[in-house]
Amino acid sequence: MIGAEWVKFRSVAGWVIALVVAAAAIAGLSVASGGQGSCFGSSCTQLLGPGGEAVSDSFYFVHQPLTGNGSVTVRVTPLTSLVPVPHGGTQRVVVPWAKAGIILKAGLTGGSRYAAIMVTGSHGVRMQDDFTGDIAGPVMTAGWLRLVRSGSTITGYASANGAAWTTVGTVTLPGLPATVQGGLFVTSPQYTQISLGTTSVSGSPSQSTATFDRAALTWPTASWTGTDVGGGSGGPAAGPPTGYSRADGVFTITGSGDIAPVTNGPAGIGATLSQALGGVFVALILLAVVGAMFITAEYRRGLIRVTLAACPRRSRVLAAKAIVIGLVTFAAGLAGTAVAVPLGQAELRSHGVYLPPLTALTQVRVIVGTAAALALCAVLAVAIGTLTRRGGAAVAAVIALIAVPYVLAVSIPVAPLPVADWLMRVTPAAAFAVEGTVVQYPQVADVYAPAFGYFPLTPLAGLAVLCGWAALALALAAVALNRRDA
Amino acid sequence: MTRAIGAEWAKTRSDPAAAWLLASLVVLSVAVSAVTISVSRCPAAGCGADPARISLAGLYLGQAVAALAGTTGIAAEYGTGMIRVSLAAIPHRGRLLAAKAVVLGGSVLAASVLTVGAAMLAGRLILPANGFTAGDGFDLDGAGMWRAACCAVLYLTLVALLGLGVATAVRDAVVATGITLGLLYLFPVAASLAGDPAVARRLEQISPMFAGLDSQSTTGLGALPLTPWQGLGVVALWAAGALLIGWLVLRERDV
Repeated sequence: MIGAEWVKFRSVAGWVIALVVAAAAIAGLSVASGGQGSCFGSSCTQLLGPGGEAVSDSFYFVHQPLTGNGSVTVRVTPLTSLVPVPHGGTQRVVVPWAKAGIILKAGLTGGSRYAAIMVTGSHGVRMQDDFTGDIAGPVMTAGWLRLVRSGSTITGYASANGAAWTTVGTVTLPGLPATVQGGLFVTSPQYTQISLGTTSVSGSPSQSTATFDRAALTWPTASWTGTDVGGGSGGPAAGPPTGYSRADGVFTITGSGDIAPVTNGPAGIGATLSQALGGVFVALILLAVVGAMFITAEYRRGLIRVTLAACPRRSRVLAAKAIVIGLVTFAAGLAGTAVAVPLGQAELRSHGVYLPPLTALTQVRVIVGTAAALALCAVLAVAIGTLTRRGGAAVAAVIALIAVPYVLAVSIPVAPLPVADWLMRVTPAAAFAVEGTVVQYPQVADVYAPAFGYFPLTPLAGLAVLCGWAALALALAAVALNRRDA
Repeated sequence: MTRAIGAEWAKTRSDPAAAWLLASLVVLSVAVSAVTISVSRCPAAGCGADPARISLAGLYLGQAVAALAGTTGIAAEYGTGMIRVSLAAIPHRGRLLAAKAVVLGGSVLAASVLTVGAAMLAGRLILPANGFTAGDGFDLDGAGMWRAACCAVLYLTLVALLGLGVATAVRDAVVATGITLGLLYLFPVAASLAGDPAVARRLEQISPMFAGLDSQSTTGLGALPLTPWQGLGVVALWAAGALLIGWLVLRERDV
């Protein structure tokens, strides 16, 4: 059966050519995005955190070396944050993720391990570690904070009055050196205003100031040093410079920057791998056409009667067709994506476009997953073609099911964000989640929309949604084929 | 010519597929528009949203049905061999194609008037409650909305004619539908992935779908790559070009 269908497929020159063109389109268009960036050589070496993810690590740090176990306690006032206004001067705003608190850090090098307890602009007390860890504490903008080190375990506490303490969280930092840099810090990220629905974003650097008093260390107190870690991240020119002052045991610290993972949305930096995969859409339309023709051409020429006479078990005919079309389109897709992923990345990077670091495993997942998604689309086209028996309607249905949600949610984001997310969850376009390579961090303010590479489903779940559509269509097609007169 | 149009109209009227397609054009478009209208919110602080484009969001899907309506008729004639009978009856090939264009254009135009009318009415009734009020600078009764509605009706009609031209040239329903929908949907994807803004803008200027969207815009016209009427002109050029190629191929080729 499968052999017979394979012979049918390879004997139509047009279909084989369409597969070759599809693979060539994926590979060829990977270098055609024309992206231009300014990220060349050492000027654009992005810091990497302990987990290998891209991070920003800049803050104002008032610190001293601390050896062994001990604790730091301090009282902190609410943050005051400033952003520049268009015609000079500054404006006072609430920066939701501005941070002020206590940090213990392996060293002053960017990207080194840390654990910190902090108050934030509007997200209450947080205990954060190693850039990606984030534990929510009591909701307050000022109060008492305490960080306790015991070996590689660090525990954060918060208190409104300095008497009754709440444990916020405990984290383990394996390999934390015996002597760490510990002290007080303030940082203040890019201030973004996001209008949802139209996904328009305006942003500017911010800077924040907090005062700390009654600092108490169980370690022998050495002298304090102020360091602008990852310096010069640039607060508003009109505001006070980043730095610190100390009078009567009260520290006033002004900082700008962020200690957090880097995101890829409009508030972050860089591009995503999807930019190198524009050819996948060309291939999708070609493969949908081939898939629909694979069955409807038989109806058009009456060959279906011969096929069903040769193999009266009709479901097996359909299964054989689905297997053959699935395998050949998977192979064609794989040939394209295996070239496009490495080539497209190299091309984008050579034009100075920043791409987040991708592990080999992620790249393989994008290559194989995209090919699998294309193959499933072709199978869906076979199934819908069997149902409609009219090729035009089958192609229109497949393209409309995949392209319309994709265009609405990703290309021209007309749909409001919640709708865009739902479109990328329930329609066959959900399979595009296999192209997703960026992680969403709730502790970083950004627009996490499909248009910026943030898909609501994991790659496997997205592929499973398309699998479900293909399986449903195949089941309906099998029922129709068995009931219907050919 | 009148007789040719009469013959084509008899064919269209008696084809249940044509009626189904036109009905689904209306139903699918209005459904998508209604959902989009009901979930769109404009906060008091203002938003960059365009009430006309929100009301006409169903056209993103509706244009696929319109294109299919354009490709199905003539491609089915090629598939069944009916085209030989048609040409025996009307030997002047240009006249046959013109008659097909008139009947297709007329029927899609009628369906589009229903579609766009219902979608714009839904927007007019629901959007003010969602924050799109005159106080925020939205003029839901203004000339812009009427122009957007007219352009949307003509856009759907032109997309169907584009499909007819392509199908006449390639003679196969599947390939013709693939090409027409590819022309519509590939440009937006390409433009969104283009890293160079100049390239993206150029793609938006020549793309039939973007040009059509520009023609349905009522806010932020200054930032669009084309004025509304230029946008409609670009779509018309695509349809005219496809029909011209279809006519040339039909005239020169043995059926």
